Amino acid sequence: MIEILSTGALNSVQDLGRKGYLNIGVGQSGAMDRLALSTANIMVGNPTDFAGLELVLFPARLKFITDSRFALTGADSLAHLDGLELPPNWACDGKAGQTLVIQAPRRGARVYVAFAGGIDVPVLMGSRATDLKSGFGGFEGRGLIRGDQLALNLSRTKSTGSCGLASVRELPSLTSETVIRVLPAAQYGDFKDEARERFFSECWQVTQETNRMGMRLSGAQLLLRSPLELLSHGILPGTVQVPPSGQPIIQMAEANTCGGYPKIANVIDADLSLLAQAPVGSKLRFLEIDLTEAIEAQKQQDLELNTLERTLGLTL
Amino acid sequence: MSSLDPKPKICIAGSQGLFLDAASAQFSEPIQQRVLATANLIAQLPGVREVVPGMNNLLVVYSPVDISIGELTEQIFHAWSHVTVNEHVGREIDVPVIYGGQQGEDLAVIAELAKLDVQTFVRLHSEALYQVACVGAMPGFPYLSGLNPKLATPRRSVPRMRLEEGAIIIGGAQAGIMPCSAPSGWHVIGRTELKLFDQQRESPSFLQPGDRVRFSIAGIES
Repeated sequence: MIEILSTGALNSVQDLGRKGYLNIGVGQSGAMDRLALSTANIMVGNPTDFAGLELVLFPARLKFITDSRFALTGADSLAHLDGLELPPNWACDGKAGQTLVIQAPRRGARVYVAFAGGIDVPVLMGSRATDLKSGFGGFEGRGLIRGDQLALNLSRTKSTGSCGLASVRELPSLTSETVIRVLPAAQYGDFKDEARERFFSECWQVTQETNRMGMRLSGAQLLLRSPLELLSHGILPGTVQVPPSGQPIIQMAEANTCGGYPKIANVIDADLSLLAQAPVGSKLRFLEIDLTEAIEAQKQQDLELNTLERTLGLTL
Repeated sequence: MSSLDPKPKICIAGSQGLFLDAASAQFSEPIQQRVLATANLIAQLPGVREVVPGMNNLLVVYSPVDISIGELTEQIFHAWSHVTVNEHVGREIDVPVIYGGQQGEDLAVIAELAKLDVQTFVRLHSEALYQVACVGAMPGFPYLSGLNPKLATPRRSVPRMRLEEGAIIIGGAQAGIMPCSAPSGWHVIGRTELKLFDQQRESPSFLQPGDRVRFSIAGIES
């Protein structure tokens, strides 16, 4: 068991989300950076879809009530276990009574903590993910607050001491531009030539109005050739909508399942984890690729996770 | 299906989605029945992960490793042309509404846009029999067809960050009811106490596609 000592209310319990309920309006939810949560789970010997913590507000402090092996992944944050500094992408053993403190990221936006056995919260509609928008799932259907005690499932993972990942992902920062790969969406051709050109040639800034539902960007004004009032249609995380204001919104993990705004592009699934690490104020650039490349990128990502799972499986 | 119906369009919706668009300028109930029937067939294909009916359109979420885009496109077109459409009639449900007031703050504004007085606007809204065309956007949210065209109002240019649970809303030619508090680009004209979604119920969504809804006037506030 762990106890939350300090947190922001947007920190939550997440797994890889819900499947099969889009048709009654229940979105996928789950970790914004699925790659980071999956990696953390693998590092503590869990299946990739076990529930862990998604941290987006810092500093976050938690205490181990019982011994538990844990892993930190995602954003590059300064972290300490009872004063001992831990590198990013690191797994080690937390002992009962020890305190883990995680500071605001130097690069990236979201830190993930997985615990051997996973966080034990009720499964709702096939998942332990918190749907903050709808107020269900996870721990009491809400973000975490001070004093929350989270039970952990029993784990047969043996302690293997401390270990880290050698290869570390590229992470967005306030001083770099993050390239996000997209596929053109259904209304791409309905935008003015200038809008389509500027969507790819200009930088987009991640605004304060960004959360688990969507990421609002500011930059060039994207205008349609003529006004378009669409009938509502299914949308997925990664959909880049453009409301009449001309400023795009990228749907994220807690995306509405249907929308009505014109869509200029879709972020490929393989880049959603990278996008989730773009902090408020950082800059994005969109790169158009084709479906074959998008599918290949996803296969590559899945392969890397499988390789990690196999490699660590030999030692755990 | 009638030979007058155009062949629907299919396009990609990201790296794991295909989108079937059968919409013309206006929502059509017969087309919606075909969308729902097609969705049921396609959901059974190996490699198809989810089907999401919209208003005269259908999003299919699939695994490109298990079914190719070419194969899936062919299967969707085939299902669309050959599916048997059952004219099922759902339940008829009364939804009591308090119109206007603070929780219906757009009523006066969009009545004026429609060149109607508030009383007439409310009467036209409550007279119609609506059909639940699909459920989505948020848990248990019913997209209702059957709105009197005089009441249609384009969505807000900037969505509101929050509308309250129970808000009675209009977006374009569609009507709806908010099942939870959430951001929305639709206009709010009233509120209801009816609970549309309960995650603990075996069937969490109260309204199902095919159900019919009538709004009754529980009050009008200024």
